[in-house]
Formats: sequence, C-alpha cells, structure tokens
Amino acid sequence: MDRNKKYWKPKSNLWFFLAVTALAAALATDVLVPNVQETDTLYYQAVLAASIAVLLILFGIPVFSSGLGGRLYHYSQFIAAAGLFLTFLDLLTTKSNILKLPFFPGPARIVEVLFTERGMLLVCTAHSLRLFFAGLAGGVVLGIVTGVLTGWNRQWNYWLFPVIKVAGVIPPVAWIPLALVVFPSSFYAGIFLLTVASWFTIAFMVSTGIASTPKEYFEASRTLGADERYLLFHVAIPNAAPNIFTGIVTSAGMCFMMLVITEMIGAKAGLGWYINWAKAWASYDKVYASIVIMGVAFCIILAVINVFRSYFLRWQRGIVQ
Amino acid sequence: MIEIKNVSRTYSDGQHTEALRDVSLEIRRGEFLSLTGPSGCGKTSLLRLIAGLDSPQDGELLMEGRAIDSPCHERGYVFQQAALFPWKTVEENIAFGLRARRVYREKKRLVGEYLSLVGLDGFSKSYPHELSGGMVQRAAIARALINGPKVLLLDEPLGALDAFTRIELQNVIREIWRKTATTVVLVTHDVDEAIYLSDRIAVMTPRPGRISEILTVNLPAGRDRDSEDFIGLRRTMLRKLTINN
Ligand SMILES: Nc1ncnc2c1ncn2[C@@H]1O[C@H](COP(=O)(O)OP(=O)(O)OP(=O)(O)O)[C@@H](O)[C@H]1O
Ligand SMILES: [Mg+2]
Repeated sequence: MDRNKKYWKPKSNLWFFLAVTALAAALATDVLVPNVQETDTLYYQAVLAASIAVLLILFGIPVFSSGLGGRLYHYSQFIAAAGLFLTFLDLLTTKSNILKLPFFPGPARIVEVLFTERGMLLVCTAHSLRLFFAGLAGGVVLGIVTGVLTGWNRQWNYWLFPVIKVAGVIPPVAWIPLALVVFPSSFYAGIFLLTVASWFTIAFMVSTGIASTPKEYFEASRTLGADERYLLFHVAIPNAAPNIFTGIVTSAGMCFMMLVITEMIGAKAGLGWYINWAKAWASYDKVYASIVIMGVAFCIILAVINVFRSYFLRWQRGIVQ
Repeated sequence: MIEIKNVSRTYSDGQHTEALRDVSLEIRRGEFLSLTGPSGCGKTSLLRLIAGLDSPQDGELLMEGRAIDSPCHERGYVFQQAALFPWKTVEENIAFGLRARRVYREKKRLVGEYLSLVGLDGFSKSYPHELSGGMVQRAAIARALINGPKVLLLDEPLGALDAFTRIELQNVIREIWRKTATTVVLVTHDVDEAIYLSDRIAVMTPRPGRISEILTVNLPAGRDRDSEDFIGLRRTMLRKLTINN
C-alpha cells in the first residue's frame, strides 16, 4: 500500500522506460526526418539528449528507491506524454510546415532562439523580475499592514475595510491611465500597478484571518497574562498566517499578469516589452521563447514562495494535506 | 481567598438565558473544591466569572479582598476544549505565559520541570495535533501552572477522555495539587472524580444555577474508590443530584 500522498503514481519501471522512449522518439524524429522549415535543430537535439541522460543518471543513482525515486516515477507518465507531444509537434512544424511559419515555428526553432537570443532574454527577464518583486513587495507590505490594522482595530476597520473591499474588485488594469500620468517613469508606474494588483487581495485575506481568530485563543492568552500587543503578535497574526500566504500566492498570479500587461504598454524593457517588439517583426519564435521563460520563471517564483510557506506553516503539516 | 457574593449572570444576546441566580460561595486558600451539577446549569459561566473572563450583572467577586474585573495570570484556567495554540509546539505552548509576561529567567528549566510534572517528557517538540486527547489536556494544565497561579480553575478538563486516561489524569491533578499547594476549583460531571479529589463539593441546581449544597469530603489522603465511606458518599451525592433534577 503506497502511503505517499504527494507522489502517488505507480512505481513502475515500465512507465519510466516509456518516458525515456518517448523522449528518444522525439530525438530520433528530429534527427532522422529532414527539415522543411529552416531551423538549426542542434540545440533542440542537445536538450533532448541531455534530458534523456539526466533521467537515466537519476535512475542509476543507488538511493533511487527513496524520496527522489518516488518523484521520478510520479512524473514518468507526464514526461512520456510530453515526449510524444514534442514528437508530433516537431512533425507538424519543422518537418512539414503543415502548421505554417511565421506563426508556428517548431519546438526546435524555439529552443534555438532561447540559446541564440540568450543575452537579450536574460536582460529582459532580469528587468521583469526586478519590477515583479518590487511591486509584489510593495503589495505584501501594504497588504499585511492594512490587513492587520483592519482586522484588529475597529476604528481602522470602519474607515479602511470598505475601501479595501471596493478597491479589491476593481481590475488593476483600470489604473493604467492614471499610473502613466502620475509617475515619472514606466518603471515606477509599473511598481504602482503591481502593488495595486496585490495589495487588496492580501489585505482582505489578512484581515479576515485576524478577525476569525477563535475567541478561546484570546481568552486563554489573557488568563496567561498576555497584554493586547502580545495577543496581536503571538495569537492573531500567527492565526492569520495561513491566510497571509494564500493571499500572497493568489496575488502573485495577479501581479505576474499585471507585470506582462504593463510591460507591453509602457515599458522599454522586460519580457512583456520583448513580446511586443518581437511581434512587430513577426518573430513569433521569439514570442514563444519569452512565453516559455515566463512560464518557467513563474513556476520558480511560486516554488520560492512555497519554501517560505512550508517553513512558516510547518505546524500545519498533518492538519491540512 | 475568593469570595463570590450574590452573583447573577443573564445572557441576553439572542435569547434570554438566566444562567446564574444569586450565587454565593467562598473558596478557601489551598483547598480543592469541585463544582458539580447538571449540564447547562452554569458551571462554566461561574468559572468564567471567577477567572475574570466575564462579569456579572449583579453581585461581586473578590480575590484576597480585591474585585476581580479582568483575567490575570494568578488565576490559571484550563478550558473545556484545551485551546492549545496549534502553531506552537508543546514546549512553546507551555512557555507562553512566561514569554507573555516577559519572564525569561529560568524559562528552559521551568518548562522542562512542568513538562515532566504532567508526564509529557519527550513530547516537547510535538505540535498539538500530534497529541492524544489526554496529552493535550496535560499540556493545557502545564501551560496554566507555569505561571504559578494562586488558583487553578479547571473546566471539565477530563470530560472528553476515556476511563483509563481519566483516572490516570485524576492522579496527575491530585499530585500537582499536593506539590504546588495551589487552590483548585474543578468543574466536573463525574461524582467519583469529585469525591476522589475534593475537600469540598459544591452542588448546583439546574438552570438558573444556584449552589444548593456544599458537601465536605472527610476522607483520608490516599482515597480508595471501593471503601465503605467512598461508596456511602457517592450514594448520598447521587441522591442529592437526582432530587435536584
Ligand atoms: N455566551 C453565551 N451566550 C448565551 N448563552 C450562554 C452563553 N454561555 C452560556 N450560555 C447559556 O447559559 C447556560 C449555562 O451555560 P454553561 O456553559 O455555564 O453551563 P455548564 O454548566 O457549563 O454546562 P456543561 O456541563 O454542559 O458544560 C446555558 O443554558 C447556556 O446556553
Ligand atoms: Mg461547561
């Protein structure tokens, strides 16, 4: 009986070898079938070969049966499907031009762009991440502060909570015209918009988290000699911690969306700007390359947030799954 | 030590419930007093008043001559549902009172001492959800005790436990009372528990709650649940409770 709830797929070597085979098929297809779209397929082939090698090495590691192994088995089915998908996509694009250029470059072409344009892409990614974290940090700080104030103090709650509630339902893109006029540069306008995109969600979550603290916790603390300040920092805020993280994760998504939008309209740098610029030249390969980067970057961002979350909420392990 | 004078408490949020009517009781220093009565008769209400978590409409409560108007670490309270902080380990829960009062000296030693007093050695790093019901109550008792309260108020701390754990914890509570010499007020439904532990037993009437009788338990320290006296007292008490109902 397999008790691992997170990596629950069958620990079957068959699936693992199917995954390797599918990647190998993708590689073989690309090597053997002649190109129709003009592409330097070497990068793509190298990436596929490297993936296969990594899989086989991980499989060979003696500790395979422990934690790492479970994960590898768990993702085998997905990797197999991905390999098949790449094989067909390659056949439909690079190898036949059934899906036509310039709108549908093949996976090989996108990988090629990722390598040949890496300098530019790296600079743009750095720009985007800087704006993203600046904006999100603003939202997190303001969100937590206003959320705590409204959740804790009824005067603050009276004045601020309705504002937070209303501001929270306005789509952040609605502030774009204002932001472009008020701020001296598109960078600061971007920070403002991202802050707005994350602030109210976080504030709302924090506020409800604080306000929903069970009365017994406060009463128990009072009989133990805690004063108001101690109640806030050691009872109410810890009780709201799960909510704080839910708020941060939710608003990180909105922030990321807002990031790309603001970069597409005002900025002179960043991945959003790069997409716009590439589109103007009909370089759809570059558009897709930056989309790939965005996907990967956001996954990494979420993973980082999750590291903090599982540290601060380690007490929840075993309560929630 | 604690005087309860003609206290009444009526809840008027939602429907109108008269929980306590004209309750008077004196709690003596160092005694073990049990408070018993039918469900809903106002035992928790009375204990909350003593703790200062609630205030009466009529009458007054005094501790050592001073009015009780807010909770204080000198009156330790263990809730019917333990109310441990789920985000703190057992150790941190127990240390809560010390940290809240900014008493850092000897914190480590005290926490260790109270952990073993309630028999939780080895569980200091566990979180409450990793504990059994009995262990949770042990931790809650230790958390209240670490402040060195003058009075320990226990609201049916053993109510939800099985018979084995119950008897085990009754002995723990008895030991604690003997060692720390605090005054203990214990709310309980269990007649045996009241007789086994108490110096005096206050019996309450059904709602609106009043003290109908105070029984003095004149049994030796090492009490035997099967002795003639114990059984006789149990019979008397059960008769009183059924007459009241
Ligand atoms: N906060 C409250 N608001 C309204 N009514 C309440 C409140 N607390 C208690 N009551 C009512 O007061 C009465 C006495 O309640 P209390 O909790 O003191 O009883 P109890 O003797 O502790 O009962 P049990 O043995 O079941 O714990 C009950 O009828 C209850 O419904
Ligand atoms: Mg009760």
